[in-house]
Amino acid sequence: MKNTKHVALILALLPLASQAQERYMTRNGHIAFFSATPMENIEANNHKVTSVWDATTGAMQFAVLIKAFEFEKALMQEHFNENYMESTTYPKAEFKGKLAGVNPDQLKKAGTFEVTVTGDLTIHGVTKPATAKGKVTVDASGAISAASDFIVKPEDHGIKIPGMVRKNIAEEITVKVRLSYDKM
Amino acid sequence: MRCSLLLLASLVMVAGVRAQDEDLLKLLGEEETGPVYTNAAFKTTRVINGHSVENTAHGVLDFKIGHRFGPANGGAREAYGLDGATVRLGLDYGVTDRLMIGIGRSSYQKTIDGFVKYKFLRQCDEGCGTPVTLALVGASSLTTLQADQVPWFSPGREDFFTHRLSYAWTLIVGRKLSESVTLQLNPGVVHRNLVERVTDGNDVFHVSGAGRVKLSKRVAFNAEYFHALRDRQPDFRNSLSVGFDVETGGHVFQLHFTNSAGMFERAYITETTGDWARSFDDPAKGAGFQFGFNISRVFTVHEPRKKPV
Repeated sequence: MKNTKHVALILALLPLASQAQERYMTRNGHIAFFSATPMENIEANNHKVTSVWDATTGAMQFAVLIKAFEFEKALMQEHFNENYMESTTYPKAEFKGKLAGVNPDQLKKAGTFEVTVTGDLTIHGVTKPATAKGKVTVDASGAISAASDFIVKPEDHGIKIPGMVRKNIAEEITVKVRLSYDKM
Repeated sequence: MRCSLLLLASLVMVAGVRAQDEDLLKLLGEEETGPVYTNAAFKTTRVINGHSVENTAHGVLDFKIGHRFGPANGGAREAYGLDGATVRLGLDYGVTDRLMIGIGRSSYQKTIDGFVKYKFLRQCDEGCGTPVTLALVGASSLTTLQADQVPWFSPGREDFFTHRLSYAWTLIVGRKLSESVTLQLNPGVVHRNLVERVTDGNDVFHVSGAGRVKLSKRVAFNAEYFHALRDRQPDFRNSLSVGFDVETGGHVFQLHFTNSAGMFERAYITETTGDWARSFDDPAKGAGFQFGFNISRVFTVHEPRKKPV
């Protein structure tokens, strides 16, 4: 009976402990992608990436508005939205997963931490498990930023590229994520 | 008893925290995005002959080649029209995302034409409530034919430069109804400085419309009709065209059937002589429809979007 009481007390306190969550967010993260082929190089940038990271649990989430990707050529942007990403049907790309390799205490002083992010990546309405290496950096002023480079294959997400432009679009697209997190 | 209650309460609270972890992004509330304008309502800036709700993007130069063969009812002797040709070569440029200008030269009456097109309203997907795109096109044309070759020539008439001019205003109201369907109304007026007959007014108003249905990601079916509001002119018909847009990356090929030979406003709205009803008649009775194509090739000559770091 006494044991149960202790367990109950600890359990009762647990939510209080996790209340002191170290949560970080951004609404203007940067995601760029690159497709390099001998025919042409394509680059697009999105500066409106939304992300929340809970350093206590490691939970991390991203939402990326597809129409917010900007290309050098207007026609590329139109085709990207209309023919490949079908952004009216699938307006957002999302990621939901966990970040491992850094704990909230480490974020209190300057340093760089090698981290691994694992979770589910949804692009073009198709969800696939994804893993990426990255870095979390705390600078001298205490500002926290995160960076990661990884590869996405359009084919994995059901994005069909017709033979006609096959030589212009790479099979492996390099994605670069750069975020400056603010404390929530 | 109290213990179990405490246990239950704590479990509920833990569960509560778990549930909160489910969607972290919800914590940020509604996203505020700027206006997201509807794009790709048509594959290019023309439906067939007339303007669509689309503009050339800022900094983009669009080279247009328009070609109409001869009347298809010419029969095998005329290779069903393939022997004949009228051509328009044009250059369009996007000064901004809303303002577009263009010039062209047609073999039809050796005409030079130019236009300015401005989008007053742009249909929005998100971030604003504009339900339609509203654009105004102001165009003019100048024929460079010898004075005795223009249709309105009569012996003794003095050949003033202004007689060779015509103007056209077109108001375009259009909406992309779904991913595949776009409809637009494009009424307007064509003003001819000099006309052939007294019975034909200088101003011809028209109520017109156009639309498209996408058949696949890269192929669309287009149709357009210009209904001229004027006293019946024995030779002239209203312009009706149907065709397909085929997009191949940097090019848009438009293949169509039309009863108009000319490719600028005065020509197709007020001087269409082809009659769909004569499509299979003896060519001696007059022209029916003809086959034609437009090719659009875009070049990015200026990059308004600064290259990101």
